Amino acid sequence: MDYFIKLLLSGTAKGSIYALIALGYTMVYGIIKLINFAHGEIYMIGAFTALLVGGALQAAGMNPVFILLISTFCAVFLASAYGITMEKIAYKPLRAAPRLSVLISAIGMSMFLQNFVLLAQTEKYLSFPSFLPEFEFLKPIRGYINSTQFIILIVTTIVMILLTLLIKFTLIGKAMRATSQDREMAQLVGININNVITVTFIIGSATAAIGGILICSYMGQINYYIGFIAGIKAFVAAVLGGIGSIPGAVLGSFVLGWTESLGTGYISSDYEDSFAFIILILILTVKPSGILGRKENQKV
Amino acid sequence: MKIKILKSGLIKSLKSTLWFSILLFPLLVMKITVKEGLAHVTYRWINLALIVPSALILSELWRYFLQKKGAGGNREGKNRGAVITRLIYGNKKIRNILLAASVILMATYPFYAGMYNTNVMISALIYIMLGLGLNIVLGLGGMLHLGHAAFFAVGAYTYGMFFRYAGQFFINAGISTGWMFWIAIPLGGIMAAVFGVLLSLPVLRLRGDYLAIVTLAFGEILRMILQNWGSVTGGATGISLIPRPWLFGINVTPRIAATYIYYIVFVFVILSIISVSRLENSRIGRAWEAMREDEIACQSMGIDLVRNKLTAFVLGSVWAGVAGVLFAAQTTYINPDSFTIWESILILCIVVLGGTGSISGVILGALIIKLLPEYMRAFAQYRLLFFGLALVLMMIFRPEGIIRKIRKVYTFPVDEIENKPAAEGNS
Amino acid sequence: MEKILEIKNLSMVFGGLRAIDNINIHINSGAITALIGPNGAGKTTLFNCITGVYKPTEGDIFIKRPGKNDQEKISGLKPHIINRKGLARTFQNIRLFSNMSVLENVMIGKHHKLKADIFGALFRDRKTREEEEKVVYDSYEILKKINLHKYVNEMARNLPYGAQRRLEIARALSTEPFLLLLDEPAAGMNPQETRELEDTINRLSTEENVTILLIEHDMGLVMNISEHIYVVDYGKLIAQGTPEQIKSNPDVIKAYLGE
Repeated sequence: MDYFIKLLLSGTAKGSIYALIALGYTMVYGIIKLINFAHGEIYMIGAFTALLVGGALQAAGMNPVFILLISTFCAVFLASAYGITMEKIAYKPLRAAPRLSVLISAIGMSMFLQNFVLLAQTEKYLSFPSFLPEFEFLKPIRGYINSTQFIILIVTTIVMILLTLLIKFTLIGKAMRATSQDREMAQLVGININNVITVTFIIGSATAAIGGILICSYMGQINYYIGFIAGIKAFVAAVLGGIGSIPGAVLGSFVLGWTESLGTGYISSDYEDSFAFIILILILTVKPSGILGRKENQKV
Repeated sequence: MKIKILKSGLIKSLKSTLWFSILLFPLLVMKITVKEGLAHVTYRWINLALIVPSALILSELWRYFLQKKGAGGNREGKNRGAVITRLIYGNKKIRNILLAASVILMATYPFYAGMYNTNVMISALIYIMLGLGLNIVLGLGGMLHLGHAAFFAVGAYTYGMFFRYAGQFFINAGISTGWMFWIAIPLGGIMAAVFGVLLSLPVLRLRGDYLAIVTLAFGEILRMILQNWGSVTGGATGISLIPRPWLFGINVTPRIAATYIYYIVFVFVILSIISVSRLENSRIGRAWEAMREDEIACQSMGIDLVRNKLTAFVLGSVWAGVAGVLFAAQTTYINPDSFTIWESILILCIVVLGGTGSISGVILGALIIKLLPEYMRAFAQYRLLFFGLALVLMMIFRPEGIIRKIRKVYTFPVDEIENKPAAEGNS
Repeated sequence: MEKILEIKNLSMVFGGLRAIDNINIHINSGAITALIGPNGAGKTTLFNCITGVYKPTEGDIFIKRPGKNDQEKISGLKPHIINRKGLARTFQNIRLFSNMSVLENVMIGKHHKLKADIFGALFRDRKTREEEEKVVYDSYEILKKINLHKYVNEMARNLPYGAQRRLEIARALSTEPFLLLLDEPAAGMNPQETRELEDTINRLSTEENVTILLIEHDMGLVMNISEHIYVVDYGKLIAQGTPEQIKSNPDVIKAYLGE
């Protein structure tokens, strides 16, 4: 039972990070109906930026709390900047193009960014120093949950709440919901679609960057390739929950996190990555619209 | 007026230069090394000096080309890329001469190129086959398939495991193991077809983007099984000492073996080209294209979508499977690393960059993608960076690829067309 | 008069919206029938139900093929099966195979009448070659009927708008239907093109023996060619009758002009 609870908790931590990445997928999909293959790369770039900035500040002998804050800020900023730029270059000129073209463009972007970081930095795994503090009060239950996992849970919860508030109550949130329902109609009532798309990419990239920092602190290492697999898994989570649906993405992420955690714990750790893929194939066969997704009606 | 436009353009460029400088600064200028848990950052200021002018030039170029694309409108459909296309298709005589020359050149390749080059060309030829297979699925059928390498693996492992488990039997029976290749060829095709059908069952109902991700997932699952089920598949170390094709019982030197395999592969490529072009111009090929253009209209014209997708998908897989057997025979050693998702994406690049739906495009694409990094060593480490960028740029500026597909022109008695002008003429 | 299409108590519900609400109509063999109604009345949805693009929520659709004695139920079948039974359609927002040539568009319609399989395609035996020659010839003949033959090798997307609409008709015709469903065939056409279309439709009806059901907003065209008119509004059938009866029907006037 102990073992089970432990697995469940580590699955929850994993799931919350998938959730942070999956949000970007699901939001972008909701707005421009594109599987943004390069989203995982944004997350990787966010984590790399935190490492670079954090490393530079550490060398300057700064207080760890400031290091954490400044490097997180830089990571979020840069990831968002990459997100916007990517959209401007690779997707915006293709607004009117067939969906397949945009998807191929996204694959190209993913390939480009991955190899860009590989060439500009290194192909080796770097150990990622934990910028996160250790909590004393968690000592008694250390066997179940450590400080990093605890922080992951807290941060994810805060981000989710903020995001929900943003989408429910702000003007831009309303515009986003309108756009995802019917882009043309939204345009007709005077919503600036380009702004909505930009904001969507900013939010998606920012949450991905936070997820990047958290997971790298958790795993303790980073390389140029981490974005790809994490990206695909987060995508699976988004599809599982029902792509386009934000609560769906969160739910899907937890289900995926638990499955992976229990699967590796009770079955075999050799196949850790394949659980996500098996879930994906199953869900798309059984209920392609996902757990919370709506069925899309084809317009003829 | 003109100066104003130039000025506003320059301001835009300067803005984007500044933007890119910020964007690229951390990753390009700073470099991190981590030693004993301590991060160490060095600064490469020289890179900043490179970023500024290149960002300026590139953003000017970007805006120029985007504008040109926007202004092109409908006209560009006809003019775009006419040069290369006309060169190849324009004149039947020139086309035939070019065709004959390249066939002769390729047919005698091992005699003047040396063993190393021959081996390089063999892998390029194998990739032509892979490209042609994907071309059926993507170029004709319009399905974005990101697991093509998995079927390549199915073919290669069919041969590898056939040898691993039945090799001893052949040796005991006193039959040359080289014969196994000839059995593996159809077997590899059949196995790939079986896997193709298995994968098709869940995915063919799905829309394009889901299909892409599911095929990708399938490829990765298969690779993980190959990697982790060591007792059956040889695991990460793979299978080695796979026999070369039988050649009149002679024990040959590697050089002659390369030449021999070259010809086998060459014949297979020629057969593939003929088959694909025949399929394309058949009732089945037309239905595939119609399906790519508009699925709903296609169904409403009496075409069974599921069946059509299935044939396209399975045929594409068979090609990859046969290519896999050839690959195993060439390298005599296979392991899961040869069949990653990136292999699938490289094959995608071949089709997309070369020319979606165009056979000569796919051939050109395979040659570029396989030969360029091989002969331009300096380029090799940047190849994925460039191919990725090329995918993006191609989609924006030239979605049909380097060589545009030429549609078959049907001819009818001239007088019928000329002498009965359509009523449209006066409207 | 034989009823070749009969729709009984048909409803189609999307979420909470009853796009079609208990509709009963039938089409007589050889007639030109029009389906009219304000935008969003459910006309195209009805077409989609008939041709199998949507599965109706309630009700049944029956056809009676020429030469057969019994009615058969087609509601719930897949679009390609319905097409093979002899119903062909065009689309309101043109859905041509735009990157294929005009002739190939028409050849697609012949697809299921052909036999060649993969081996036929690969080995190109005599039967396959003859079949191909025939389909090219037949398709060309259809293009001539619809007066599109000067565009044979042109890409469908490069055609003028009116010609694209007519190509949709040609493509539908090539599947050899006994019932042709035209969804706003005159939309976007100029008066002359519309007149030509009127001729074409009349010709199809008389010479080709095709029964026609069309959705159209051009009342001039509708009143000129149709023998019977059905009017729908908010998914319900509000009136039916000859053009004269419809013109003077108060419900129809109300539906079109509001109250």
